[in-house]
Amino acid sequence: MEALIQSFFNFGILAQAWPILLSGFWMTLLLTVVVVPLGLAGGLAVALASTSRNFFLRTLVVLYVDFFRAFPPLVLLMLVAYGLPFLDIRLGAFGSVALAFLLNTSSYYGEIFRAGIESIPRGQTEAARSTGLSALQTLGYVVVPQAARNVTPDLISNTLEVIKLTSIASVVALPELLHAAREAQSLTYNATPIIAAGIIYLVCLWPLVRLLSRFEHRQIALH
Amino acid sequence: MERFAETFLNWNVMAQYAPKILEGAWVTIQIAVAVVLAGIASGLALAVLRAFRFRLANLAIVVVVDVLRALPPLVIIILFYFALPTVGIQMSAWVATWLALSLVLMAFSEEIFWAGIVAVPKGQWEAARSTGLSFLQTLRDVVLPQAVRLTIPPLTNRTIAITKNTALGAVVAVGEILYQAQSAYSFSYNPSPLLLGAVAYLILFIPVVYFGRWVETRFAWKR
Repeated sequence: MEALIQSFFNFGILAQAWPILLSGFWMTLLLTVVVVPLGLAGGLAVALASTSRNFFLRTLVVLYVDFFRAFPPLVLLMLVAYGLPFLDIRLGAFGSVALAFLLNTSSYYGEIFRAGIESIPRGQTEAARSTGLSALQTLGYVVVPQAARNVTPDLISNTLEVIKLTSIASVVALPELLHAAREAQSLTYNATPIIAAGIIYLVCLWPLVRLLSRFEHRQIALH
Repeated sequence: MERFAETFLNWNVMAQYAPKILEGAWVTIQIAVAVVLAGIASGLALAVLRAFRFRLANLAIVVVVDVLRALPPLVIIILFYFALPTVGIQMSAWVATWLALSLVLMAFSEEIFWAGIVAVPKGQWEAARSTGLSFLQTLRDVVLPQAVRLTIPPLTNRTIAITKNTALGAVVAVGEILYQAQSAYSFSYNPSPLLLGAVAYLILFIPVVYFGRWVETRFAWKR
């Protein structure tokens, strides 16, 4: 017990590591507020393209989505971070993470949005168009508001996964929370910073997990 | 274009490291299969245990599942591999990766199975019990077959997402595809092995993604 406290819950070490962890936390937060909206916007574009009437565009989007869904995100990140510099494209750690996440998450969000759009019967679009709304108005006022409600649980679930996924940015040395924790661990020879980082993730993400769990039960119960 | 081919599609480098990548693919498959078996079996076991509604056990299950869903998988792997040894619990990188991912899959599949069990109408329990079936018989022969059918699409998607996380093992030097590709990249200072690794993932996971799509339409929830 004593040893456990000494190596996992050591307050002296925690005080020492706190500034590093805090800056890591801010980086994770920054990453989240950049990467999630980017992914949502990209996903919406993907979904709109996949419901277009143009056959080539639709096929292209299906290929894009399947391609990036089959790639483990870490593999994609490494390819972007270590491969692109050989083409003289230097994005830096943050840029590489942002690009890899955009490619990966936009295909997931795109699938969710597409399912949402397809859940709205075609007759609604036709009715809206025949009352004189433009295609864009139909989408904005009729389809998207209903579609968004149908897929809210999936959107939250995917967003939770994206936030958790930001931890892989540590691999390309972006100083986010996990990277900070590992750095603090190697400076102090103590595992407390890693435990602390875990607790920070837990405290921030637990409310989302609870919310999601309630949604999921409702969804399966209403099958 | 010539330079592009030489950097990214360098046949000499690829031929040299292809056996390593193949070796890595085998390790990836082994971990993925072991994770799927352990994760789904333990998730189902927990969901069944939860059906007995022992209050203390259920509270423990909810807490464990929530924690495992809130923590990024990479944080759990690093916790197992770098933090646990400081309190005398040693495990190999392979075991750390397998255990972490299995626990994550256990948490997600428990939630999904439990939601399925809850979704089976109460009348089914009552009718089965009144015909003389025991609690266990009711669960095994009446409730679970219906519950599992409901859970197949979400479970398949979640399982696919988690098996792709085997790439995270590279961070703790498990010799799977990404690790082999990455070390080949740093030996040869040429990104071709990374590309080769990416192709290996595509070959492994595109069929899996398509299988997931097929399952989704085959067992689609009728709304």
